[in-house]
Amino acid sequence: MDTVNVKINGKEYSVPAGSTVLEAAKIANIDIPTLCYLKDINEIGACRLCLVEVKGARGLVTACVYPVNEGMEITTNSPKIRAARKTNLELLLSNHDRRCLSCVKSTTCELQKLCQEYGVEEGHFTGVKSEYPLDESSVAIIRDNNKCILCRRCTAACTQLQGIGAIGANDRGFDTHIASPFEMPLAETTCINCGQCVVACPTGALYERDDTKQVFDAIADPTKHVAICAAPSVRATIGECFGYEPGTDVEGKMVAAMKALGFDGVYDMNLTADLTIMEEATEFLDRFQNGGKLPLITSCSPGWIKYCEHYFPEMTENLSSCKSPQQMFGAMYKTYYAQKVGLDPKDIFFVSVIPCTAKKFEVKRDGQNAAGVPDVDVAITTRELARMIETAGINFRDLADEKFDQPFDIGSGAGAIFGATGGVMEAALRTAAEVITGQTLEKLDFEEVRGTAGIKRASYKLGDVEIKVAVCSGTANANRLLKAVEAGEEKVDFIEIMACPGGCVNGGGQPVQPAVVRNNVNLREKRAAVLYNADKNLLNIRKSHENSAVKKLYDEFLEHPGSHKAHEILHTHYVKRGL
Amino acid sequence: MKKKLTTVMFRGTRAQEEQLDAVIAELRDTQGAMMPIMQKAQDIYGYLPIEVQKMIAVKMGVPLEEVYGIASFYSQFRLNPTGEVSIAVCLGTACYVKGSGDITDRIKIKLGIEPGSTSPDGKFSLECTRCIGACGLAPVLTINNDVYGRLSTGDVDGILAKYM
Ligand code: SF4
Ligand code: SF4
Ligand code: SF4
Ligand code: FES
Repeated sequence: MDTVNVKINGKEYSVPAGSTVLEAAKIANIDIPTLCYLKDINEIGACRLCLVEVKGARGLVTACVYPVNEGMEITTNSPKIRAARKTNLELLLSNHDRRCLSCVKSTTCELQKLCQEYGVEEGHFTGVKSEYPLDESSVAIIRDNNKCILCRRCTAACTQLQGIGAIGANDRGFDTHIASPFEMPLAETTCINCGQCVVACPTGALYERDDTKQVFDAIADPTKHVAICAAPSVRATIGECFGYEPGTDVEGKMVAAMKALGFDGVYDMNLTADLTIMEEATEFLDRFQNGGKLPLITSCSPGWIKYCEHYFPEMTENLSSCKSPQQMFGAMYKTYYAQKVGLDPKDIFFVSVIPCTAKKFEVKRDGQNAAGVPDVDVAITTRELARMIETAGINFRDLADEKFDQPFDIGSGAGAIFGATGGVMEAALRTAAEVITGQTLEKLDFEEVRGTAGIKRASYKLGDVEIKVAVCSGTANANRLLKAVEAGEEKVDFIEIMACPGGCVNGGGQPVQPAVVRNNVNLREKRAAVLYNADKNLLNIRKSHENSAVKKLYDEFLEHPGSHKAHEILHTHYVKRGL
Repeated sequence: MKKKLTTVMFRGTRAQEEQLDAVIAELRDTQGAMMPIMQKAQDIYGYLPIEVQKMIAVKMGVPLEEVYGIASFYSQFRLNPTGEVSIAVCLGTACYVKGSGDITDRIKIKLGIEPGSTSPDGKFSLECTRCIGACGLAPVLTINNDVYGRLSTGDVDGILAKYM
C-alpha cells in the first residue's frame, strides 16, 4: 500500500495515501468530532464540526473529506479550532428544539454530547426558529424536524443502503427540511419501516413509535395473560444499552429482566424460527420438485416484504407464504397453547421483542390473526425493552441468569443464526439437505452464505440435485439481485433477503451506536458472532427438524409441515402495492 | 417560499409522454441529466405535478424524492400550472411598504388560493414576485399582460371581477 508521511499535532505518522485527514487522525489515535459523516454513505462535509488546521491551507478545512498528502502538517486542537467548532454548534442550536429533558435521545444524543464537550452558551441561541409538525403517520417511525440538524445521515441510509429514498431534503435555504416527496406523510410513501434512518440519526429527530406504555398497562391488568418472546438477535445486542461491549451475549440476564418485568411467560423466538424452517423448507422442496414458482424468496423480514410489494409486485408470488417467526409464535400461542391451558385468546396479550421497527407494521397486517384476534398485540424493539427495564428500576447488570419458560424454551442453532444475514438460508439448507438425501449431514456449516457481504451466492449439491442459492441484505442489494433475476441473467432456486444490511443484528430497532462506533467498529460482524457462537458451542441441537419442542407442536397439533392446519395458522398472503 | 401542492387535475396526454420519453432517451446518460430533463419536462407540460415527477422518477430509476428535492429547491420549477388568469403581485420593497401584502391577502380571500398555487378549475393562479421595476406605480400587480398600479385593497375586487 502506498503511504504518505504527515505530521499531526507535531508528531510524525505514516498513513495510507488517499486517506482523509479524519482517517489519518484515527490511525494516530486522535479523535476529531463529526456529526454529518458516516463512512461510505454520507461524506458530504456539511456540518463543519470536524474542522482542523492544515498548514498552508486557507482557513480551516473539514477533516472528513479533506485528503492528506505528503508532508502535510495538521493541527486538530487549538483555540481557533475549538472556537470555530463551538460557533458551528451554536448555529445549529439556534434553530433547534432544545428540550433535552423530554427527548428520546437525551444521554445518547451526539449533538448533546458535543454541546457539553464544547461548553456552548445559551445566550447565543437567538433568531428565527422554524416550527414543524411531527410526522406521526407511520405505525413504526416518527419524524420530528424540530430536532433535525440537516446532517442527512438518514437520507443517505434510506437512499444508499436501502435504495428507497422515502425521505430527502426539500425546499432551500432557511426552509430546507427533511421530508417525503410533495410533503406526503411517511405512511403514504414507499417507506418500508426498516428504521435504518433511525439508527443513522445523531439526534432525536427520528425514533420508533414507543409502544411500551401498552405493554406496561397490559402487565398491570389482572384480567390479561401477558407473554413475551425474544427474537434471536436481541440477546446479542441489548447488552449495549447497559454498557456492555458490542458482541456480548446476555441471554440469561435478558430473560431474567423480562421475568422481573412481570410477564406471565417469557419465551424464545428461536423456537418459531425452527418452526419457520420446517414450513419453509417443505414449501421450497415442494416448489422445487413439483415445478412450482421459483426462486422461492424468504419472508421473515417485514421490511423486505413491503419493499417487494412496492418495487417488485410481480415477485410477491415468489415470496414464501410462511409467516415470520414472530407471527408464527403469536399464532401458535393463541391457538395451540390457549387450547392446551384453557385460555381465551382474547385474554392473551402477546408481545414480541425484536430488533426491527418494521415488525410494528407487520403485526397490523391482514392475514395475521389465526385465532381471530391479532397473532401479536405489540412488537417492541430492543431499545424499547431496554427502556422498560430502566423505567422499572431493574438493575440489568446485577441480574442472575435465568432460563426461558417451558414449553417454548428450546431453540436450535439453526434458529439462533436467523438473526444474521445468511442464517435463514443456512438453517433451511440443513433441513432440506437431510430431507432430500435421507442421510445425516456431515458438515453443518454452509460457510459461503455467511459473512457481511451484501450479496452472496452459492451452489450446493444435495444428493443428486444441485440447488443454487443467493443471500442478500439491504434492500438496495436486493434490488440489484432481483433485477438480474427478473431479466433472466441470473438463475437461482432459493433466495434469502433481509431488509437491513447485515440482517437483524443490524436492524433498525437495535441499540443506536454513535457515528464514531459505526464508522470504526464492525457492528454487524461482532453482533453476528454471538449467534454463530451459540450455534456452534452453546446449543445441543443445530438443526431445526431435531428440535424436540417443534416436533411436539406437530405431534400434538399441526400434524405435519405443510398440513392444512399449518397453512391456516402459519401462512399468510401479500399485496401488490406498486410505487 | 414553500411550494404548494396543486389541486388542479392532471390532463397529460399520450403525446406529451412520448415527448418526455424522447427527452429522457436523449439525455439520460449525460452528466447531471436530471436538471435538463426536468426543465424540458416543464416545457412540455407547463409545470411539474406529481404525475410528471413520478414518470421522471420511474423512467430514470431514481426515488421520487430525488426529483421533488430538485423541484422544490429551484424556484424555476413550478408545481402548479399557470392559470388562464395569471396574477402576480409585486412584493419588492417599494410595493411591500405601500401595502402589497394586504393586497395579496385580499386576493387570497377572494379566490381562495395561496400564493404559488392555482384554483382547482385551473382558472386563476397567484404568484408573488420580486421587484418588477415599476416602483413608481407601487403597489403593483399584473394580470396576464395587464398592469395595475397605485392600488389599494379596495380596488382588488373590481379588478378581479373583470376576469371572472
Ligand atoms: S436532539 Fe439531542 S440536543 Fe436536541 S433536544 Fe434531543 S437530546 Fe437534546
Ligand atoms: S424506515 Fe427505512 S424506508 Fe423508511 S424512511 Fe427510514 S430508512 Fe427509509
Ligand atoms: S433527521 Fe436526523 S439524520 Fe436526518 S438530517 Fe435530521 S438530524 Fe440528520
Ligand atoms: S463536515 Fe465533517 S463531519 Fe460534518
